[in-house]
Amino acid sequence: MQQTGSQILFTALKEENVDTLFGYPGGCVMDIYDELFRQEIRHILVRHEQGAIHAADGYARASGRVGVCLVTSGPGATNTVTGIANAYMDSIPVVVLTGQVPTAMIGNDGFQEVDITGITRTCTKHNFLVRNIGDLHRTVREAFQIARSGRPGPVLVDLPKDVIQSVTEAELPRTVVPPAEEGRPDLEGLCTEALKMLLQAKKPLIIVGGGVILGKASEVFRAFVKKFRIPVVSTLMGLGAFPASDPLWTGMLGMHGAYSANMAVSHCDLLIAVGVRFDDRATSKVEAFAPHAKIIHIDIDPVSIDRIVRTDLAIVSHCTPALDTLHRLSDEQGLTLPERQIRAWLNQLRQWKAEMPLSYCRNQNIKPQYVIEKLHQLTQGRAIIATEVGQHQMWAAQFYRFDEPNAFLTSGGLGTMGFGLPAAIGAQVACPDRIVVDVAGDGSIQMNIQELGTIAHYGLPVKVVILNNLYLGMIRQWQELFYGRRYSQSDMTQAPDFVKLAEAYGIKGLRATKPEEVKRVLQEGLETPGPVVMDFHVEPEENVFPMVKPGTPLTEMAFGNVRAVA
Amino acid sequence: MPVQFKERAISVIVNNRPDVLARIAGTFSARGFNIESISANITRNPAVTKIIITTLTTPETITNVIKQLNRLIDVLEARRLRRPQAVCREMILARIPLTKERQESLRELIDTRGGKTVSLEPGSAVLEFTGDKEDLEEILTRLEALGMEDFSRTGVIALERSKS
Ligand SMILES: Cc1ncc(C[n+]2csc(CCOP(=O)(O)OP(=O)(O)O)c2C)c(N)n1
Repeated sequence: MQQTGSQILFTALKEENVDTLFGYPGGCVMDIYDELFRQEIRHILVRHEQGAIHAADGYARASGRVGVCLVTSGPGATNTVTGIANAYMDSIPVVVLTGQVPTAMIGNDGFQEVDITGITRTCTKHNFLVRNIGDLHRTVREAFQIARSGRPGPVLVDLPKDVIQSVTEAELPRTVVPPAEEGRPDLEGLCTEALKMLLQAKKPLIIVGGGVILGKASEVFRAFVKKFRIPVVSTLMGLGAFPASDPLWTGMLGMHGAYSANMAVSHCDLLIAVGVRFDDRATSKVEAFAPHAKIIHIDIDPVSIDRIVRTDLAIVSHCTPALDTLHRLSDEQGLTLPERQIRAWLNQLRQWKAEMPLSYCRNQNIKPQYVIEKLHQLTQGRAIIATEVGQHQMWAAQFYRFDEPNAFLTSGGLGTMGFGLPAAIGAQVACPDRIVVDVAGDGSIQMNIQELGTIAHYGLPVKVVILNNLYLGMIRQWQELFYGRRYSQSDMTQAPDFVKLAEAYGIKGLRATKPEEVKRVLQEGLETPGPVVMDFHVEPEENVFPMVKPGTPLTEMAFGNVRAVA
Repeated sequence: MPVQFKERAISVIVNNRPDVLARIAGTFSARGFNIESISANITRNPAVTKIIITTLTTPETITNVIKQLNRLIDVLEARRLRRPQAVCREMILARIPLTKERQESLRELIDTRGGKTVSLEPGSAVLEFTGDKEDLEEILTRLEALGMEDFSRTGVIALERSKS
């Protein structure tokens, strides 16, 4: 049977069970779009290619499946670069299909030609330029395999126009056997060693990271933790892997971490880190990180072992088999941590939590933290929360007490303003029955505001909560604290009327300017079918606390005007 | 403890693809490491290339670089080559003007250092020497003294003395 490159591409996508493409057409992908016209696959037409890649990323984070985006050559491809780097930093499996000029013209600086494989070499897990139609099917399948295996990440496939247009008689291979993930024959030995260390600990602590969510290991993680009653702290990316409503929950650690979490890390005698890479926002001053602890590090990526924090025991493995083995071995040998061995430690943690819970002071203005608290209440903690980057992101992390994995979609590694809105689109497409909220700042929301058009186009019921402080708040906070209150270029007073802007897109817009309006606006926004933009005029100069100044130990937290309760 | 910067050798077996060298070079440059020398050629299997890279690093960084190289999809294997278990060699080609008065010393150098004359033109010869880094440094000094016009030096190639 004769097949075109476009047809082969769609065959491969179908074999990978792709149900949605996020994309934008252009000259070099006209043939793919023409074929798409005949295909069943869903295509979400975004308003900017950065929106497409972030939406594919949000789709992947919310669903645990590979997100796919399709863009044209040249500017279409370069518009995805920020999003690719974003997915790379957070290890999100996405496949980016880019158009390319015909192979014979590559290197001639032709119209809309860029060397996108060259540009993205250092921010993709891998990329391909397909030079022959004979390689097309295998390459696309391989791209998916690479994107989701091991430590996941973005993979780009560059598709020259002639390869897509050409026709072949050749049979496609029936199946592509994915290369086996190599087993870890020594997993039992390492886990036995880890359990030995755990049984000796008087102050054990676990850090959970994004790897547990990516590795779909939350359930076995919870079981293991509960069995030994080990207190849990989380990185930003790990939020939701362990329920914030559990008594063992000790909070998020790091620069804006909870007092209890940063104290716990700084005083524990055994630290088990699962699926974390020790980002500097989490560790702060590395030399002062977990100074009294033996460290066990479980991670799929050997590169993250001993890179920043020296470990006493490294277990290079997917989180699920490692935690499974730990759990099974301890069952078989009837191992537990005796109550009296860790009683003092658990009491200490309880005390830290009570002494200095996350809190804020109320006044006549809307406090952004209050909006998040109310949002949590009204959604019963069940919403998928995407965020932009800034103060609002930290407040969402602190005050939306996540109980479930794949529910907090945030740009942790790259810190990309403009991520949240398109990511929420992807999440809503992946999970049509969930409440999906983009928690945004007035600055960030303007970075991909055009995606309101996409939301309106498809009637996606995404709720946008803008914590509008008329500042680039996080920048202003640093300027207030570290730059003598010189608010250089962080003033955003000249903002659009977000309610009118929403309405211009055909989206409902709501506004609250006083604390007593918050609940009503949220309620109305959440109950209204379809998309809603909610503009909350919040306390302009509210700061995120606690705060650890970069480069100082985690114990050196500033609390601003929030006083200890005890 | 002083940081131990030393030249260390890595063997990298890769798929013979157009962009694989760029990826490897990128792994070094993105971390701010310099490649001191590199040599590459196909193996028994022409789809597979063996690359020997030397770099000036500390033991920690070399471990990290090797892990990063192993993470590249087209890298089949990256590992350290340690001396003395591995032998290392480089080669130089040197062009020397031929003069009567230097003939004796040139002859002596070729004989004692296992050199070869690979080209002989009236008034000019190209000589070939192989050896480890130290050998070649010394030979080059001698050649300079003999009025060497130009030379070309390969990267290090290396092989373990026995199967490990
Ligand atoms: C694309 C991009 N540009 C610049 C920054 C630097 N930056 C970090 S937070 C921030 C301010 C964000 O302001 P806003 O979205 O209003 O959120 P707020 O901090 O006020 O909640 C800026 C400019 C960034 N993270 N991303």
